[in-house]
Amino acid sequence: MVQRASLLMLRSLGASRGVSKHAAPLRRLYLGAALVVLAAAFDFVPALAVQPGEQLQDPKLEARARALGEELRCMVCQNQSIDDSDAPLAKDLRLLVRERVKTGDSDDEVLAFLTARYGEFVLLRPRLRGETLLLWGLAPAILGIGLVGYLVWAFRRRKERPSAPSLSEAERKRLEALLAAGGEGGAANPPGSRLT
Amino acid sequence: MIAETGHYALVLALALAILQSVLPVWGARARDATLMGLASPLAVAQFVLVAISFAALTHAYVTSDFSLLNVVENSHSAKPLVYKFSGVWGNHEGSLLLWVLILVLFGALVAVFGRNLPQRLKADVLGVQAMISTAFLLFVLVTSNPFARVAPAPIEGQDLNPLLQDPGLAIHPPLLYLGYVGFSMAFSFAVAALIEGKIDAAWARWVRPWTLTAWGFLTLGIAMGSYWAYYELGWGGFWFWDPVENASLMPWLSGTALLHSAVVMEKREALKVWTILLALLTFALSLLGTFLVRSGVLTSVHAFAVDPARGVAILIILTVFVGGSLTLYALRAPALKQGGVFSPVSREGALVVNNIFLTAATAAVFVGTLYPLALEAATGEKISVGPPFFNSTFGPIMLPLMLIMPFGPLLAWKRGDIGRAARGLVAAFGIAIVATCLVAGFVRGGPTLAPIGIGIGLFAICGAFAEIVERTKLFRAPAADSLARLKGLPTSSWGAAFAHAGMGVTLIGVVAASAWSSEKVVALKPGETVALSGFELTFDGLRERPGPNYASSVAHLTVREGGRVVATVEPARRIYRARRMDLAESGIATFGLSQLYAATAEARTDGATGLRLQYKPLVLLIWLGAVVMAFGATLSLADRRLRVGAPRKAAARPAPALQPAE
Repeated sequence: MVQRASLLMLRSLGASRGVSKHAAPLRRLYLGAALVVLAAAFDFVPALAVQPGEQLQDPKLEARARALGEELRCMVCQNQSIDDSDAPLAKDLRLLVRERVKTGDSDDEVLAFLTARYGEFVLLRPRLRGETLLLWGLAPAILGIGLVGYLVWAFRRRKERPSAPSLSEAERKRLEALLAAGGEGGAANPPGSRLT
Repeated sequence: MIAETGHYALVLALALAILQSVLPVWGARARDATLMGLASPLAVAQFVLVAISFAALTHAYVTSDFSLLNVVENSHSAKPLVYKFSGVWGNHEGSLLLWVLILVLFGALVAVFGRNLPQRLKADVLGVQAMISTAFLLFVLVTSNPFARVAPAPIEGQDLNPLLQDPGLAIHPPLLYLGYVGFSMAFSFAVAALIEGKIDAAWARWVRPWTLTAWGFLTLGIAMGSYWAYYELGWGGFWFWDPVENASLMPWLSGTALLHSAVVMEKREALKVWTILLALLTFALSLLGTFLVRSGVLTSVHAFAVDPARGVAILIILTVFVGGSLTLYALRAPALKQGGVFSPVSREGALVVNNIFLTAATAAVFVGTLYPLALEAATGEKISVGPPFFNSTFGPIMLPLMLIMPFGPLLAWKRGDIGRAARGLVAAFGIAIVATCLVAGFVRGGPTLAPIGIGIGLFAICGAFAEIVERTKLFRAPAADSLARLKGLPTSSWGAAFAHAGMGVTLIGVVAASAWSSEKVVALKPGETVALSGFELTFDGLRERPGPNYASSVAHLTVREGGRVVATVEPARRIYRARRMDLAESGIATFGLSQLYAATAEARTDGATGLRLQYKPLVLLIWLGAVVMAFGATLSLADRRLRVGAPRKAAARPAPALQPAE
């Protein structure tokens, strides 16, 4: 797995950069693969990804193509969408997306087409399937269970409260007298209690 | 010789760390004051030794000592001096040494400033802290020795990665590490409490300043990293949901939760078990971040010093500390006595809800970052989890949190009154509604929900100060009376208000810059003009401008507004000679809180230059918000209550009338 990741980086070295980069890693081969990967890890010049010539004339279609581009991964890069990448593959994909958009494909159709061609890996927003249930479900589940638990606890306490002995009329009067005497923030207040 | 001294100091530091992780802890069990007393001098000595080692490495960089492999690989004699200093941590070995330096610095700070800590607690805390430093010192010495020599020494170095030759490198990693590593204090305190089987409000009072310090630094570190990526990577994006960014966001989220639950512990002795767990998890997430950055298991634009062997070593450290502390937790946590009871609608209740949201948000980032890895390991299937996933899971958790955030400080401890809190927020809510309508009415374009985002941000900002308005009876009592109350307000109240407001500020920045930024991707010939968001940008042509260790080709653009020149932007491409690597430098012009952002592509054959021009309204608020949050943390730290530290039991309840509510 680790090797595959490194390989991916090495591939991106070749794919995303021009010729000038190859000489340098070769020269320092003696330093081992780690260094090459180090270079590769940083080896991307983002510049502007979407090139002027690529854009569609129709601004509406172009906006759709841009939105789609952000959903699609440049597969030879590291965590870059095709819109953000300089790699030739990303450019090909951008053109492909625009071609499909122009021929009248809906957004879903474009994504389905690309997924059929390149696999799920191309989607930056994984589809909800059996395999991705935990991915999509974990955070909402924690939030849901937490909030439901909190509400259940709150509800139970509310039900319990009436059974707690309330102050008798005499006690209430005494309390009022005490409060009036002690004034605000009187010594009767337990530490940390709120004073407004 | 100096390098060997540095190496030797590191070995000595390891020896002291081993002693410190055994003797004081043993002393605490045997009630031996002499052994416990060893903790502080050992911690200070350890810091001094690691500092010597760090200074030695810095010396090698500044003098360009190319007999050190690390310097050869990451420096160059022509590199500007500031990058010779910051280049020390611009690589795996050096940055790990910085990590360790900050770790032992925190240990030494506890030793020096923790004079009134109970002796046993102090011995245990420093013992645990030394266990962490033992592991990392071993890691440095065995797998990542920065002092390794090369023979024969080359004449010239290979230079620092050009992306790192930026002032950002001087600031971002130290801030981030102060945050990451600072959470080790919370961890050590938590483990010490578990060993002791006892935890009380004084404990929380001790942990809070350290957590707050770490949190403040982490906030600034993340923001700094985000701004660096924004201007350096050339996409104009401020957050990429990159695994390494996520690795820093996770401890921030759980650290935020920890800060809040520690408040409950300190004030009401409730949520003890949960606070301890959060303290353990927050540091575990920090370690996970270290693992992710250095192991190469995830592809990331940040991943550096990717080496599987080192990855395994960090994984072992991670397993031992997380596994060990969680086991201890499972064994000892049930023994911790739960403290005060509270009603669901109360300050404590609000902080519980806060923790539920923050935990869910942490989980969203965690699962999104690691799921592709786990799925591939389990089934071999490769999937991508990118920004669209995080935007649609993380966002919906954080937005409601921001909406309920202002209610918390307005609720009383033990039993609050939600109606009363809501009345305190009427003004804030009104401002938010009016702003939402105004934005929706006057700002064209952008998603329909964007004005609501602005409204939520404003509500968070105004709501943050509602507690202060409430407590000073502003506008309701005579001005002099309010002023007197204002003076009596604890600074921690201001701290909380600013930290909460900072969240709102950042949200507004994020919403505005994402929803209403406009962009043009064009190819311009010299003399051509393009219009963008009311500006006319004229491309004056490319100019060659050599730098100290690079050549650069600068695209000069004049920005006019209504015919008047208001700014120039100069995006550039640099070619670094030593690494023969080229790099895009963005050109930025700031207008108030908004920015005009330009990046270039390579010149084309027809004489035109490709340019990506963006206008990002209110983008600076994103980072300004983080600064406001960190300012809030500083105010909280300045609170008298934290400065005087944890008073002894008898003195723990001074003059209740003056006891500030949080």
